[in-house]
Amino acid sequence: MMMSVPKLSRRVGDWILKELSRGESAPIIRAGHVQRPYSQYLKPLFGWQTEANLFQGALFQKHHHFSTITADTASEVESEENKKISVTFVDKEGEEKQIMVPLGMSMLEAALENDMELEGACEGSLACSTCHVIVMDMEYYNKLEDPTDEENDMLDLAFGLSKTSRLGCQVIAKPELDGIRLAIPTGT
Amino acid sequence: MKMAIFQVRTWLSRRFSSVSSQTLRVCVVGSGPAGFYTAEKMLKAHQGAQVDIIDRLPTPFGLVRSGVAPDHPETKIVVNQFSRAAQHERCSFFGNVMLGSSLSLAELRELYHVVVLAYGAESDRVLGIPGEDLIGIHSAREFVWWYNGHPDCKNLDLELKNTDTAVILGQGNVALDVARILLRPATELATTDIASHALAALEESSIRKVYLVGRRGPVQAACTAKELREVLGIKDLYIQIQEADLLKTPEDEEEIKNNRIQRRVYELLSKAATTGHSYPRSGQRELHFVFFRKPDRFLDSDERRGHVSGVHFEETVLKDVGGGKRVAVGTGKFDDLQCGMVLKSIGYKSVPVDGLPFDHQKGVVPNIRGRVRHNTSEDPTRLEEGLYVCGWLKRGPTGIIATNLYCAEETVASILEDLDKGVLATKSISPKPGREGLLHLLDNQNVRFVPFNGWEKIDSTERRVGSLKKKPREKLATWEELLKAATE
Repeated sequence: MMMSVPKLSRRVGDWILKELSRGESAPIIRAGHVQRPYSQYLKPLFGWQTEANLFQGALFQKHHHFSTITADTASEVESEENKKISVTFVDKEGEEKQIMVPLGMSMLEAALENDMELEGACEGSLACSTCHVIVMDMEYYNKLEDPTDEENDMLDLAFGLSKTSRLGCQVIAKPELDGIRLAIPTGT
Repeated sequence: MKMAIFQVRTWLSRRFSSVSSQTLRVCVVGSGPAGFYTAEKMLKAHQGAQVDIIDRLPTPFGLVRSGVAPDHPETKIVVNQFSRAAQHERCSFFGNVMLGSSLSLAELRELYHVVVLAYGAESDRVLGIPGEDLIGIHSAREFVWWYNGHPDCKNLDLELKNTDTAVILGQGNVALDVARILLRPATELATTDIASHALAALEESSIRKVYLVGRRGPVQAACTAKELREVLGIKDLYIQIQEADLLKTPEDEEEIKNNRIQRRVYELLSKAATTGHSYPRSGQRELHFVFFRKPDRFLDSDERRGHVSGVHFEETVLKDVGGGKRVAVGTGKFDDLQCGMVLKSIGYKSVPVDGLPFDHQKGVVPNIRGRVRHNTSEDPTRLEEGLYVCGWLKRGPTGIIATNLYCAEETVASILEDLDKGVLATKSISPKPGREGLLHLLDNQNVRFVPFNGWEKIDSTERRVGSLKKKPREKLATWEELLKAATE
């Protein structure tokens, strides 16, 4: 952790620059979305597909659940919101990209938001295996809750499955995962 | 690090500038997952590519619309991604355009630099046993198209009211989908996008008992855990699995050890065999897993001549044929299963078009990483210039939606390699008419194609009608309705 500080701060700088340069896409906090500023990123994904509504409901429930266990007051929610962890993606070519991910955000959302080459065919509804990632350190893998039967059913179909494979949509940023490294497996 | 990025950038800009002066005309035939992933990868990989997708139906998305079960809405979410590709400024969709009748493959290849065939497998394997043509026997594909509102199968004549028993041949995911649709309470299907004609028929269905029959054992069942878990979890369903069938041989143990899917499927089947009641309650719906049986012939009904009344099965055992491969061989012992409906779920089959090299035995287009091989040539490396395949037509009818993602990556990589190597001669390329030429040809042939905004009109009509019935959509299931909605 100590060693990575200079690198980290540079990355954070890059990230902030990138965020600033986004300009018009800066978070617009709207009623109902206050708890998760980044839920804006879900909108293009779930916009017009009513079939996805079922899942959308489930997703927001999950977030509500998350917020109730993390904080009781609005100010605490606010401070939790601002916390981010460092996540490094290693793409198919072996190139590393470190990004900062807000607590509560899934690795799939984080990857899409940062233009990583991670597919999300079912947009995080546990119906495909395209957001398959490999946790590069067993230590971090063990910090994750065990995959559910439903996740395992999808991992069955993932290409290049390894012992520390997970679905990116099911890995949610939490403080213990700060520094996690995720490899995006090659399909062919 | 910075150097590397710089090099990549120069390489990229060189690559694009060499082609941007000349548009690469690409046509993808078929708009299912293989077609759309190909289009998406092509648009992304080549900034000078203009991609046209043609489909014989007025609707896009292939099996995502007509194959994925109505109670699997999450699986269909991928159409959002495909729609974004279709709306890309360099992409166009042409529905209601059929290769082989609206235009020929030769004409298409004249119009485009690159033609990628991704039209899948729209026919079925046959068993080739006596009685296969009896009334009441259908392919699972037809049944799936029927409940999914495919306009070619709306009027399928199913025997849902004359019998209480259906036999499904095969134990793959399609077989399980079909069993689930037959056995799930129709009230649960009513809120899905199932076709209304299918829902009405299933509400009145007298089928109470479904047999899922496989040639091999529970270790070799071709389904995946998700689909199996679902069918086993149907409300108030009696499940029967013979415990004797679950006994494993040392070879089975070896197979299970090496295959995670098979292991998990076997575990689910074993668990299901030992839980629940030993007898069905009266009127309870039943699902029977039958292993080690191969169909020998279909039985003609005495009372209703020409209708199927059962299947004559031969018991099988697994026999080692070398290379770790085991096949089911008959033991000479036979038994019958009485039923009034049979659905064959033994595999889809691709159909070639005129002028397309085709391997009839494997049912695929002979290819090298997506490059179509010359049919008659002695030289196995000789290729059909500018002609590529992707999806089921390339690798046979297996796999999930995501399989096509990797399949498309491979085909697109081959196209890019050929461009780089000059095999496609893009540098000295004579411009091809592409989209303009297609429009001209369709106009000459009097083909009224459905553009993507035509599909969007169909889509909004379906959603509007569906919302009145608390369904995500009400599929338009005839060609007339579809074409009308597309132009309204």
